[in-house]
Amino acid sequence: MSNKTLPTWIDVGVIPLINVCLAFLVSGFVILLIGESPLEAVQWMITGAFGYAEGIGYTLYYTTNFIFTGLAVAVAFHAGLFNIGGEGQAYIGGLGVGLMCMSLDSFMPWWALIPFAIAAGAAFGAAWAFIPAYLQAYRGSHVVITTIMFNFIASALMVYLLVNVLIEPGTMSPQSRVIADAAILPSMRDVFAVFGINIANSPLNIAIFLALICCVLVWLLLWHTRLGYAIRMIGFNEQAAVYSGINTRRTIVITMCISGALAAMVGINEVMGAQGRVLLDYVAGAGFTGIAVSLMGRNHPVGIIIASLLFGALYQGGAELSFEVPSITRDLVVVIQGLVILFCGALSLMIKPTIEKLFLRFFAAKERANV
Amino acid sequence: MSDFILIAISTLDATIRVSTPLILCAMAGLFSERSGIVDIGLEGKMLAGAFAAAAIAAVTGSAWLGLGAAIGVSICMALLHGFACITHKGNQVVSGLAINILASGLTVTLGIAWFHQGGQTPLLSGDARFFSIDLPGALAVADVPVLGAIYTQLISGHNALVYIAFMTVPVTWWLVYQTRFGLRLRAVGENPQAVDTAGISVFWLRYRAVICAGLLCGIAGAYLSIAQNASFIREMSAGKGYIALAALIFGKWRPKTALLACLLFGFLEALTVRLEGVALPLIGEVPAQLMQATPYILTVVLLAGFIGKAIAPKAIGIPYSKER
Repeated sequence: MSNKTLPTWIDVGVIPLINVCLAFLVSGFVILLIGESPLEAVQWMITGAFGYAEGIGYTLYYTTNFIFTGLAVAVAFHAGLFNIGGEGQAYIGGLGVGLMCMSLDSFMPWWALIPFAIAAGAAFGAAWAFIPAYLQAYRGSHVVITTIMFNFIASALMVYLLVNVLIEPGTMSPQSRVIADAAILPSMRDVFAVFGINIANSPLNIAIFLALICCVLVWLLLWHTRLGYAIRMIGFNEQAAVYSGINTRRTIVITMCISGALAAMVGINEVMGAQGRVLLDYVAGAGFTGIAVSLMGRNHPVGIIIASLLFGALYQGGAELSFEVPSITRDLVVVIQGLVILFCGALSLMIKPTIEKLFLRFFAAKERANV
Repeated sequence: MSDFILIAISTLDATIRVSTPLILCAMAGLFSERSGIVDIGLEGKMLAGAFAAAAIAAVTGSAWLGLGAAIGVSICMALLHGFACITHKGNQVVSGLAINILASGLTVTLGIAWFHQGGQTPLLSGDARFFSIDLPGALAVADVPVLGAIYTQLISGHNALVYIAFMTVPVTWWLVYQTRFGLRLRAVGENPQAVDTAGISVFWLRYRAVICAGLLCGIAGAYLSIAQNASFIREMSAGKGYIALAALIFGKWRPKTALLACLLFGFLEALTVRLEGVALPLIGEVPAQLMQATPYILTVVLLAGFIGKAIAPKAIGIPYSKER
């Protein structure tokens, strides 16, 4: 492979950075096109995302969701599987979290309930990923297509459940009842209040710690366990994995179930934390943002944390921007997201030859100077 | 009895209207996927086309210019897809997803900036829209029982784009199965090395395939915003591109069967509206959500190999590199 010519820091650091910059550059042109100043927009976005305590809270709250979905996509990517179904798995996972919370919230406080909620969410999310995974591994249908289909099926199923089954009697809006206060995850404001520090209120809750724990677990799983080795080997060369005695079919199913369970953790942050109930379409595209996050973070937990933070800032900054500049809405963030997926994902190989040439020229020149 | 016939005819009439964008997108996907390029970007190309058509038709007052703009914009997005997947050997699914997300964001962002109506375009009227065409003799035979109603309501009285959509199916069939271009197109989707060895450019063939896809998605978009509706509404493609993709797979990547799948899925959608709140004998009221999910469920069941077997073009999703 031609990877040898470039040192790792250029391959993992510089090239993704250039790709992100290209995406932002094109986004700047879009802002120019609609007659606003890109620099002013960047300023508002940074102020909105990091300029004050409440903004930072919101940024980190969005970040939490993106870490979960980003990890979900990344784990599947390592096995060469493209899980587009994060959106549906998170949606169904949230249902599991909500059902568990609603059935136990009168007996238990949040700290006793959380293992059950995580287990229920993970089980629901994994179950939703299991069917496409099984079909891919044993029946030869492609996981991309089936997970797309399952997103739509999840959406229809949840509308049905929320409108007909979970709806609070006597209300019109399709949402479940509110989970008891004691069962809802403490917000960061409450956590800091214990230490006598007063911070601004925001939907940020302790689920962000769960997200960071998941990052460590995924890192351990992928690079320090037998299963992780099997997953990466399938992604690298499935034929070789078969010959080395790995049960590829079983591993594919397990990988997808782990991926679905990770996506489902969005339910902990949203249903058990920020919203306190199951809402219609509460995932709000986080599953798709996870794809951008994973591509940008090169499928590594550290990269995913950085990319999630960037997207969290984009979402919160985008909200601030649309508030300050009326002709720009949050849809601009969707445009940026699309461009990041385009440049970091689809066109990720575009600039590599150029960088390679530049690097070799620079390197060769230095060699000559040394001689 | 005549009531039943009237209801049946109006449901089938609705089926034709709903199926039109599905048919166009499914044929678009057929060109692309038969050449070996996965196209989940049907949705995005259609949405971008819908916006372009409504915007240009609103500014110029001409439906045909709107159609032209839709085709132009959609082909540009298809070329972007080609640039990423053919020239730079990027991941085709990622590229298609990027196009969908980009279209979803750009149409609303530009719509708000240009028209200040919350992402909608101004309502169109007169020449800025495609109106229904009465086929010759439609009025004369309207009173003939059953057959007359079928002719006047079902066959006559649609707009030009509906007829174009149904025309694309035999044209696609002819192009793919009866021409030299079609033979090479199918070959490049199965075994690009062989095509390359024969001295035919794999890149150029695949580029032509995605351009065909862009053209048809553009027509589908124009149908949504300036024929079926009178303006662009945000997210108005509403998953139709994905249903078309499902129909293409359900139709096993063949024009005729894909057409039937589109009609089936369109019929299900028309039936959903018809059955809203109606209790059927024996089974009672069918939830609308179940009806909406049926195309996806059917496609998954088909892909699982429980009804026949859908075999994708062999080289689909694999970028072609000349040197090894």
